[in-house]
Amino acid sequence: MLNYTFHWNQALKALPQMLDGAVVTLQIALLSMVLGLALALTLTAFRLSGSRILSGFATTWVEVARNTPALFQIYMAHFGLGNFGIHLSPYTALLIGIAFNNAGYLTENFRGALKAIPDTQARAGRSLGMTPIQAFRLIVLPQMLRVAFLPATNQMVWAILMTSLGVTVGMNTDLAGITQELNARSFRTFEFFALAAVIYYIIAKLVTLAARLVAARMFRY
Amino acid sequence: MFDTTLTWNDLAFLAQGAAMTLAVTAVSVTAGTVLGILFGVLRVQLGGIWSAPLTFVLDVFRSVPLLIQLVLGNALQSIAKLGWAPFTTSCVVLSLYTAAYCSEIIRGGIGAVPATTRRAARSLGMTWWQDMRYIVAPLATRVSLPAWIGLTLGVMKDSALVLWLGLIELLRASQILVTRLQEPLFILLICGVIYFVISFPIARLGGYLERRWSPND
Repeated sequence: MLNYTFHWNQALKALPQMLDGAVVTLQIALLSMVLGLALALTLTAFRLSGSRILSGFATTWVEVARNTPALFQIYMAHFGLGNFGIHLSPYTALLIGIAFNNAGYLTENFRGALKAIPDTQARAGRSLGMTPIQAFRLIVLPQMLRVAFLPATNQMVWAILMTSLGVTVGMNTDLAGITQELNARSFRTFEFFALAAVIYYIIAKLVTLAARLVAARMFRY
Repeated sequence: MFDTTLTWNDLAFLAQGAAMTLAVTAVSVTAGTVLGILFGVLRVQLGGIWSAPLTFVLDVFRSVPLLIQLVLGNALQSIAKLGWAPFTTSCVVLSLYTAAYCSEIIRGGIGAVPATTRRAARSLGMTWWQDMRYIVAPLATRVSLPAWIGLTLGVMKDSALVLWLGLIELLRASQILVTRLQEPLFILLICGVIYFVISFPIARLGGYLERRWSPND
């Protein structure tokens, strides 16, 4: 049978430390999501701009973000930029990598959401004397964000899970990083990582729940 | 001018890494799909309440980072003294991870078949199995296949994480070369291009099927 004694006490003693890590994890995920949303809106605007260069740039970004591993994108930010003499801290590299990834997926979400809004609405806005920007901002954008809200929530959960990749570039302040450090000190791998898994699970569920509540409040009509 | 110390041997080393990525992906997706279909059908047949434990377990696989799952899987197999190679551990964990997502896709596919169609099949005297085989399977495949292709690509990309267990797949192979040759950007670019070349055509195929097979509404 299992010839192994579990030492849950050690893991539980480290719980406060790990919860501090969880805060950092959540912080990175939120920041990367805000950055990702801003970038995705910009890329969507590029796509709609009609300029071939701008929409080509947006398409390249989306396809690269969606067709290479997130870990590769983080490596690119951490090791790849070193070629230009830019040496980012693990925190920044992780944030940039995830934000890049988020932006790609969110732009694709927005594209799907835009399809759900008939062209006629924007045209009706234009005939009422709105400028193209007004028509987009006042008519298309609110509806687009509404359709894209749920996929964006999923992306947020993905962002939380992706933050764990930071440990591969030497991140040691987020949940995965702290767990790995504790593990390196005590070799109680299973206990520490099982506790980390529980914390990740709870964070993911809380975020999903919060998003549902926000959606119920915002999209009442 | 641009010059590099990268040799053909190094490229072959990268190709070996890519082969490892593909091998892990192929094994995991095959096993994961079989399990996923099993779990998906089970969840539909059992109904919401009785399948709750299974749904919960599968949900855990989708809400915990894959990296943590891999470390836990590796720790578990050494606690249980199974003596698995990193390749086996990686494949087992990735298969379960795939199965969790796949069962969701299968459930969605089966749910998309109208209940009336299935009842009509049963009224014509078809058995449950015949109904599944001749009515549900073809209709559900149309809904599920594009999502399944997406899942396969997702697993291919996520398989990069098995480097943490010491398996030398594409990304790890490029990292080794980066350490040796000190040309991070160039080597990582090659690595990215390889991932892209594997993933992009299949992603395009998935997109095409999704458009082609979507109901005409």
